Amino acid sequence: MGNPMKIRASVKDGVTEVKVLMQHEMATGLGKDAEGALIPAWFITEVKAQHQGRTVMEAQWGQSISKNPYVVFRFKGGAAGEKVTVTWIDNKGDSRIDEAVISA
Amino acid sequence: MRTSNVSKAILVLALAASHMALAAETEVSDSDRIAQYREMISDGNPADFDEMAGETLWKTPGGPNKASLETCDLGKGAGVVKGVYTALPRYFKDTGKVQDLESRLLTCMTTIQGIPEEAITAKPFNSDKKKSDISSLATYVVGQSKGMKMKVSVRHPKEKEAYEIGKRIFNYRAGPYDFACSTCHATSNVRIRLQDLPNFNVKKDAQSAYSSWPAYRVSQGQTRSFQWRLNDCFRQQRFPEPKFVSEATIDLAMFLAVSANGVEYAGPGLKR
Repeated sequence: MGNPMKIRASVKDGVTEVKVLMQHEMATGLGKDAEGALIPAWFITEVKAQHQGRTVMEAQWGQSISKNPYVVFRFKGGAAGEKVTVTWIDNKGDSRIDEAVISA
Repeated sequence: MRTSNVSKAILVLALAASHMALAAETEVSDSDRIAQYREMISDGNPADFDEMAGETLWKTPGGPNKASLETCDLGKGAGVVKGVYTALPRYFKDTGKVQDLESRLLTCMTTIQGIPEEAITAKPFNSDKKKSDISSLATYVVGQSKGMKMKVSVRHPKEKEAYEIGKRIFNYRAGPYDFACSTCHATSNVRIRLQDLPNFNVKKDAQSAYSSWPAYRVSQGQTRSFQWRLNDCFRQQRFPEPKFVSEATIDLAMFLAVSANGVEYAGPGLKR
């Protein structure tokens, strides 16, 4: 179970903007620790956002995404009070789901 | 032979042309681009997570005394965190010393919670292996002063003294490089690295620099406290490493804080 995300969603003129800040190490697998040993790769592989059961954003990620990633995306539709859920899965099989209520 | 000279000449021309094209395209300066980058990521500051962790640490009973820090006096009364950072460093009667935020937190953690001082000062900064509690606490407290005006006092003689010593440390040249803080931070429009460094003799520079620390450093993936900032400045000058919350660091912080008085505090910040 990963650490919580911070999600903010707001709707304006029929377009919902979602801002997601995630907590993840995102180790590339190329870095070394203080003893010179390789730090094993550990990164988010899939991100999915859903609104009322409809997938509004889907992404496949790799090592090039930074630590503690920040994602902003927009989709058509959405109304104040409705929920947006964001899910990520990493290469170790860990996952995290968080949700936010859309504000006006 | 002749052909190679001709091709060289063509190459030179081509290079000159591409340089001109480049110059026309890049009317946006490097610092503008950095400002643009900061603007883009300013909404998603991972320091928020440190603030959340710090708030939990502040409110949860801990240490051998199983006490929370909610009775800690940071200058505006026991348990008050709102706006305290705008008046730090300051003189505290109970300890008889001028203290910055981190040294005051250290006092509270040792006296109220009963945590041995060495347990905190041994590793006071965040690392990839371990988050530092005192750093998270400091991030939480500074966040409670966001949008409030910096108003650090030098009325008490000890505060005045700290300010004067801090000013001298700022200008004190020493070490193998014969550097002082002022070597890099007292001239405008001159660069020692890609990013412009703030000139602390200019009020506006001092204000924007001071009000954006502590900050999350994207390149290091960590939130960096103000004590870390000073510690690393000393390291870059190849000075001996200062002790965590030593008088020298507090006096220097006092000088920098007073230089920034009047600005709206904007931290925790976000740096490249």
